[in-house]
Amino acid sequence: MSAGAPPPPTPSTSSATTSPQIGADEWVRRAGERLVDRTPQLVLLLVFVVLVALIPVITSNEYIVRVATDTMLYVLLATGLNVAVGWAGLLDLGYIAFYGFAAYLFAELSSGHYGIHWATWITVPLVVVGTIMLGFVLALPSRRVSGDYLAIVTLFFGQIFVTLTTQGYRWDWFGFGGVHDITGGPTGLTQVDPFRVFGHQLTQARDYLWVALAGFAVIAIGLSAANHSRTGRAWRALRDDPLAAEVMGIPVNRLMMFAVAAGAGVAGFAGAVNGAYYQGVFPTSFAFPTLITVYAMVILGGAGSLPGVVLGAIVVNVLLEVLRTPEHARWVFYVAVLAGLIAKVRPWRMLGAVLGGLVAFGLVVNAIVGAVWPRGTAGPLYAGGADFTTHGWFATAVRHWLVLPKNTYELPNYTIGNYAFVILIALVLTLTVVRGWKRYVLLVPTLWLAAFVWENRLVEEAPTTRPLFLGVILIVLMATRPQGLLGTPRVEVV
Amino acid sequence: MSGAPLLELRKLSVSFGGLVVIDELDLHVDEREIVSVIGPNGAGKTTVFNLITGTYRPDGGEILLAGENLVGLRPHEITTRGIARTFQTLRLFLNMTVKENVMAAQYGRTRSTILESMLHFPRARREERKIHAAAEEKLAFFGERLMGYRWNQPAYSLSYANRRRLEIARAMATEPRILLLDEPAAGMNPVETHEITELIGRLRDDGGYTILVIEHDMHVVEGISDRVVALDHGVKIAEGSFEAVATDPRVVEAYLGTAATTTK
Repeated sequence: MSAGAPPPPTPSTSSATTSPQIGADEWVRRAGERLVDRTPQLVLLLVFVVLVALIPVITSNEYIVRVATDTMLYVLLATGLNVAVGWAGLLDLGYIAFYGFAAYLFAELSSGHYGIHWATWITVPLVVVGTIMLGFVLALPSRRVSGDYLAIVTLFFGQIFVTLTTQGYRWDWFGFGGVHDITGGPTGLTQVDPFRVFGHQLTQARDYLWVALAGFAVIAIGLSAANHSRTGRAWRALRDDPLAAEVMGIPVNRLMMFAVAAGAGVAGFAGAVNGAYYQGVFPTSFAFPTLITVYAMVILGGAGSLPGVVLGAIVVNVLLEVLRTPEHARWVFYVAVLAGLIAKVRPWRMLGAVLGGLVAFGLVVNAIVGAVWPRGTAGPLYAGGADFTTHGWFATAVRHWLVLPKNTYELPNYTIGNYAFVILIALVLTLTVVRGWKRYVLLVPTLWLAAFVWENRLVEEAPTTRPLFLGVILIVLMATRPQGLLGTPRVEVV
Repeated sequence: MSGAPLLELRKLSVSFGGLVVIDELDLHVDEREIVSVIGPNGAGKTTVFNLITGTYRPDGGEILLAGENLVGLRPHEITTRGIARTFQTLRLFLNMTVKENVMAAQYGRTRSTILESMLHFPRARREERKIHAAAEEKLAFFGERLMGYRWNQPAYSLSYANRRRLEIARAMATEPRILLLDEPAAGMNPVETHEITELIGRLRDDGGYTILVIEHDMHVVEGISDRVVALDHGVKIAEGSFEAVATDPRVVEAYLGTAATTTK
């Protein structure tokens, strides 16, 4: 039976009066639109391309340019994954194999491994076409299985790619013709040729930033056109209801394969750039964690929205990069907590009460611990380097507010941090079940303990804390905005 | 009324497990005819639609559209040959806009490939204009109901009756020769039911469609049908004009049971 859908949005009268030029019908039509929807996508793309292209011009900082280039690779990957996942609604977990396949194919054709050094203008199209072909082959299961089952089958493709490349240095063709080293094994293929364009070797990060950006511009225009064509409509139709789509004359099986193959083509281009940019390919670059990162980008940005997934890729990769060093990670932590409070705690009086309570709570705990157990407040702020978060008013404030035990052999900080972490998880879980004013009261010690765990435990291992941080952000976003940053809320029929 | 019927089912049978759902059913629909299929719940009416559109494959028998056997074709191939249906349970593309729902159904009537669309080839642009025009024309068939700002609203924001109308518009956009309507008046109020009765008549008279309709509302059936076919347990128990079928003792028995027949 058909399920109930939420009632259509009703315009509020106050907003309607502010723009007398447009009639009620027009108002209803525009009600759901945001700035990013109203701006033509071509304008958005142009602004994006200009801004990114200028990065190496504005800064000579090699690190920033490298991060921008890595981010552009992720932007490409997210754009490709969005075709299958966002538009056609196929949960394809084998996507990362396309990226890896393309990078390896490029490396085989342009390195000393086989002594092949083909020109860039031959290898790149060849790699893209080859990956599209692989896309069609790996999309075959979508004819028979769908949803979760397709995810399981395609996950296998991703895993077997890593296994094949890791073990591929002792390929024996079932005993015929001896053992061959095809993939270089766990150490991968190195000394891959850089791109050569019009006689120039592209060796710098900024060259690859521009190459990836130019490729992205072409791909974005092409995919956007496809999305607004009969093919794109058919993808969205089969995402909503494959059976109805089939009965309305849409060859569903063929279109699902097109979606996977189109995404594979984008991953193919990204893979070729990857091989040339890093001048080497390694099995671990194309393993499950990379896939999860790309999925996080698509989901966080809003599956189905091209500007959304680009934004998602930028946010996630820049965030992961910032979290590498403790000083930057510390900023992200405190700003994220504060932003979350400002966004979620209403009214303002309550926000003030929570913040005031938080400060008071910390000062009191600090005073009590300092009196009872002097060593408990004698520890320093952990620092990877010196800046004003470790030597300045901020550090002084934190030292008088938090409890930072002095690290000793009998009771190291990380042991205390581990216990506190467990208590913190228990507190967060309790937060989800209490309601009303009790929740706000409980919020104060929870936030303080979060800061305690952060300063005593997590910040010391900021690089390994990154997935944890990303996970927390995803959970919070999915709870508050399930459609992602720029996505459109979807209605599912039960 | 010249020659062979537009749609003809010959000794069509299907069973699920051991249950025979359709048993050697013969049915024909002539060009520009409106035929109603009635019968109690579970009689196999919707199954007939699923067989015709290729969703189910029959165990035996033939389905002929203008003489061509459709058995074994994929559903989208059958649709492209000229059969479109609506669903009793409403299966719109809820997250697409009203206009997009109708435009999506033009897929089988256009040819441009994904590459042509990406590169804005002349054929892709020409077809895109045609798709827009066709969608607007089909939606205009329903008067003001699906016009104006509604074009750009998601389908989930439509009322129940408008969803039924949109399903019909979407089916029309596949440019069929025969429309299969599965309970078009289900869940509608008396005014809307009256409206849909008129609409089905207009679909034939103005739209030129041949129509096979499943309907429970006997006022609708009486108002539109050239011919009525009654099914029970997958077997045709009566066929003819509405008056003849409605008074047929076997039909009354199928709906009300034997005891009712005797007391009447």
